[in-house]
Amino acid sequence: MLDTARRISTPEGIELTLRLAGPVPRALAWAVDLLLRAVVLAIIALTGTALHQFGSAIVLLSAFVIEWLYPAWFEATWGSTPGKRAFGLIVLNDDGTPVRWPAALTRNLLRAVDFLPAMYFAGFLAMVMNRDFKRLGDLAANTLVVYREEQLQALAIPDAEPQPPGFALSIAEQRAIIDFASRSTGLTQERAEELAQIPRSLTDGVPAGKATARLIGIANYLVGRQ
Amino acid sequence: MKQIVFEKRHKAEWEAFERWLEQNEKKKKKGAPPARADALPDQEIPRAYRRICQLLALARDRQYSPDIIDRLNRIALRGHHMLYGARGGQPARLWSFFAAGFPRLVRSEWRLVAAAAALFAGPLLILLAVLPVFPDFIYYFVDPAGLARFQEMYDPANPRLGMRQADDNVMMFAFYIWNNVKIGFQTFATGILLGLGSIFYLLFNGAQIGAIAGHFSGASFSEPFWSFVSGHSAMELSAIVLSGAAGLKLGSAVVAPGARARTQALVQAAKPAIRLMYGAAAMFLIAAFIEGFWSPLTAFPASVKYTVGCVMWAFVLAYFVISGRGRAA
Repeated sequence: MLDTARRISTPEGIELTLRLAGPVPRALAWAVDLLLRAVVLAIIALTGTALHQFGSAIVLLSAFVIEWLYPAWFEATWGSTPGKRAFGLIVLNDDGTPVRWPAALTRNLLRAVDFLPAMYFAGFLAMVMNRDFKRLGDLAANTLVVYREEQLQALAIPDAEPQPPGFALSIAEQRAIIDFASRSTGLTQERAEELAQIPRSLTDGVPAGKATARLIGIANYLVGRQ
Repeated sequence: MKQIVFEKRHKAEWEAFERWLEQNEKKKKKGAPPARADALPDQEIPRAYRRICQLLALARDRQYSPDIIDRLNRIALRGHHMLYGARGGQPARLWSFFAAGFPRLVRSEWRLVAAAAALFAGPLLILLAVLPVFPDFIYYFVDPAGLARFQEMYDPANPRLGMRQADDNVMMFAFYIWNNVKIGFQTFATGILLGLGSIFYLLFNGAQIGAIAGHFSGASFSEPFWSFVSGHSAMELSAIVLSGAAGLKLGSAVVAPGARARTQALVQAAKPAIRLMYGAAAMFLIAAFIEGFWSPLTAFPASVKYTVGCVMWAFVLAYFVISGRGRAA
């Protein structure tokens, strides 16, 4: 399995699989949020100056709300801020349930520390030091940032004549072949061919240059297009 | 059982559950769409969800193809979010928190609250006593321009205390929220660094407030200064101390986790800590309101403002000592 998959047990006695988001998509999501907040605050500031003193009161109050409560409010009510939503991310409790106010506030107030000494250095350090990509705020609030499940269907397996593998494959092997087939369109032909030749027992006796097609055929069989 | 047969037999079940999910996830976002005739009734959902979980476990155990396992996993996860995410009754809980939960929590964390109070009040009281003797000490804490600003604020001729000529009550109220709550949040959050951040902010803010108070206690500024700060001091200073206590709570879990893993101790400490911060934030809010609208008034003689200040202190102390003792937890 991929090392960013995280399994959680539910009270029903089954395991659900979550896919953790790493520092890069989270940093990008944060940048989108930052931009959005800056734009909103700029609009408020522009209209606020027209109202003199009362206007600056509104600007100060909105600066406070946008800086401290914006992420917590979005995460507690929708599961993710607009920036996170744009990158298909969602914040969940460690047990896979949606976060509520206490956890959302905890993780967002602790941004003050994660940001130190500059640009989330402490948060980044914490993220690469544990296997769940938790920054300090996530550690204290016991939260995870994961991909929304809908995002995972983006890759499609190219259509081909289904071919049975000839013998039983384990789930992990099946998954590897399906993942290969769905990513084969993004690889160069040579690289795909090279990779396709690794599972010898499946591609033995296949004419040169046809190993990729053979695996795509098997993938089609495995996803039930037989 | 072959996968094809499995799919044929159970597809209708998970599709019905998916339809219910779609409908109700939308309902959470914007008004309820009309229910379809073949929709699952709400009371059937827990049973239907357990059934999905069972199908997922079966599909995994029988090594069906990953796409069907993924699909069932996705449906089960969405069901899990819907079933375990829904909560209600917030307003009632909020009331009981401020009536009983918060003061009870402060009492149960009295050691940390006392430590934070000592860290904050220590430098405050020392500088309050020292500054009249060594007035130049003030420049360690405030630069001359800043001091001139303070002097304008507490000038006995100023008709509105604590404010400069151009300032407005509403604006100052907003400023106090923006500035003071931020200090509270920083004091809390930096506590996770072995408690050091909270200790620093408590000492630093205590010293700064003490230096300014000591500076203005002498000379003609004394009465305007004290009549300005007395009203909101109880709420504001207690809120800083509680923010520091909440930060120390995080720090102590990291420093001395006891028999638990550090991360686990931190998670357990963060729950009461954030509840302390709810209370502290509310107190900062009340303090900002008093500081913006009551403290600047000069229409009342200083004796009235001192009395109000004492009443506020008595109220805050009584609240934390007495409130929430009656009902059993």
